[in-house]
Amino acid sequence: MTTSAAPPQALPPVRPPRPAKARKKIAHNVRTSRRAAWIFAPSLLASFIFVYVFIGITAYISLSNWKIGTSPDLSLRTPLGGTYSEIVKEQRFQADIRNVVVFTVLFLLLAILGGLVAALFIHHVSMGKSFFRTVFLLPYALSFIVTGVAWRWIFSPSTGVNEILRAIGIQNPPGWTTDTTILGALNNPNGTDFLKIQFGIPVALLPIIFAAAWQLVGFAMAMYLAGLASIPEEHLEAASVDGASTWQRLRYIVLPQLWPSTITCFVLLLHVALKIFDLVVAMSGSGPGFVTDVPGIYIYNYLASRYDKASAMSIILLLLTLAVVVPYLVRGYRRERKA
Amino acid sequence: MATQTLHTPHPTAAVRSNRRPVRRAPRSRKWSLPKSPGGWVILALCIIGTFGMLVPVYVIVTTALSGSHGAPNFFLAFPDAPSLDAFKGAWTKLHGSLINSLQITVPAAIISCLLGSLNGYVLSKFPFKGSTTLFTVLLVGMFIPFQAVIIPVFQFLNMLHLQGTIVGLIIVHIIYGIPITTLIFRNYYEAIPNAIVEAAAIDGAGIWTTFTKVMLPLSVPGFVVAGIFQCTNIWNDFLFGFILASPAAWPATVTLNNLIGTTTVDYPELMAGAILVALPTVLLYLVLGRFFVQGLTAGAVK
Repeated sequence: MTTSAAPPQALPPVRPPRPAKARKKIAHNVRTSRRAAWIFAPSLLASFIFVYVFIGITAYISLSNWKIGTSPDLSLRTPLGGTYSEIVKEQRFQADIRNVVVFTVLFLLLAILGGLVAALFIHHVSMGKSFFRTVFLLPYALSFIVTGVAWRWIFSPSTGVNEILRAIGIQNPPGWTTDTTILGALNNPNGTDFLKIQFGIPVALLPIIFAAAWQLVGFAMAMYLAGLASIPEEHLEAASVDGASTWQRLRYIVLPQLWPSTITCFVLLLHVALKIFDLVVAMSGSGPGFVTDVPGIYIYNYLASRYDKASAMSIILLLLTLAVVVPYLVRGYRRERKA
Repeated sequence: MATQTLHTPHPTAAVRSNRRPVRRAPRSRKWSLPKSPGGWVILALCIIGTFGMLVPVYVIVTTALSGSHGAPNFFLAFPDAPSLDAFKGAWTKLHGSLINSLQITVPAAIISCLLGSLNGYVLSKFPFKGSTTLFTVLLVGMFIPFQAVIIPVFQFLNMLHLQGTIVGLIIVHIIYGIPITTLIFRNYYEAIPNAIVEAAAIDGAGIWTTFTKVMLPLSVPGFVVAGIFQCTNIWNDFLFGFILASPAAWPATVTLNNLIGTTTVDYPELMAGAILVALPTVLLYLVLGRFFVQGLTAGAVK
């Protein structure tokens, strides 16, 4: 279909007009500005303590000998970092890392692609646009516990979808969240290896991934709908006049302009995925052989008996999150400075 | 009061209208039948998707209605004798926690919105040296997994003898709500012309007077957006309530989760409970959905 004269990507670069000097300084003198800064100070101080100082304390506990919450022991463990080398050898820790990686990747794929497709359809539907949008975003307004109990019921081994599977002739449907099968296992640990778990996709995680994607697909859809609304109608019209097919318009005009929405979705959903806790608690808990265990549950379980291990896992979880969020925030910050 | 001539209120719109006549975007409320086969396909897919999305909601409602007869044999079947029995049991077990949730959500949402609006006002109208950096530093607090601070928070509340109490939870929700509310209000106030603040300053109003007399009356939509966002987040919170609250202070999400027994689960009662817990946020969402979406998009750092 590339017979037409001008290929759509030859369109002039799309650049929305910049607001004329949006952030003009109003403060009439330095004193007003300083006084204004003091209004911001208490919130900043509170956040500084509750975020940065507290993370520092957690990091310190992860290096210390503090085990039981009620008997603080702030001496540093020797060798330093011994807690970390202790937990990485655990079968449970390794299962958690596998689970959170598998969960995050598959959940992001499902939610983002689903959100994109839903947004494209709902943006172009001729009637009931706001109705469809409301329905797709509805799960987002619910608590993970509420939706978790519903999905627990739907994916319970004896009822729910398995009834349908049995009815269509599948004799041994999967046990879902209680199933210990690992799909596409990459290794087969023999007990003496450092790796104590099978890497692959645990069947038990699939219902949780599906439930999480169902809940957050509307969020991705809302982000994409906002992105679609900001694409100037003229560009699409110009492309049509030049003979671009629907697919070409999608590929060369719409999708590139949705890239910022994709980045936002990616970062915001990724940080939801990494710290997932409530949904798993409501749907399955740790599961047999920690097959649905995630770092959030690990931390919760060890809060009672091992402060050091819980803290070490929290710090690992935090570093995973920050590895994605900090570049995103710095990018926003740079843009802000340029504007 | 507002001398609009100093500053064009919406430069973007103005520039655009000079360029070419604006063609009004099709309104979303307009109903018309699809005009092409493709349009029918899109409509059909949207309807199928809607049914798909509503399956879990349907399952929650039908299971809750199946009452004391136990859940229907097939999970998609409608109960033969719908009854509200399950709701009675769920209400007995949940009403205390629902009140707790309300007592936590309302003050925490109001106070964090007030703080957020103050911060947003300062950051957007009186940027000082390093304010953008400090704002970015503040925003990190929005993204941290709360597990990474939960031990210090627990010990801190213990020190203040607030551990396990509703007040303790309110404080925690306020503090961790500051980054998101600040972000929402800062973006909201950026759209309010600086001329309004300048005019107030020329009339002799100080920072506080300008805020209370000029900005706050203009902030109602901002408060609705941030308020809905915070109310939903705090009401739906599980982690803080689960770890920091004593049974007397349990929010509804925690009590609901505890209805899942270790051996058997009374699904009708559980689903009825789920409806009770979900109802406030769902109503908020259905009535004020437009603002809800604005909160989502405002919460995305640009």
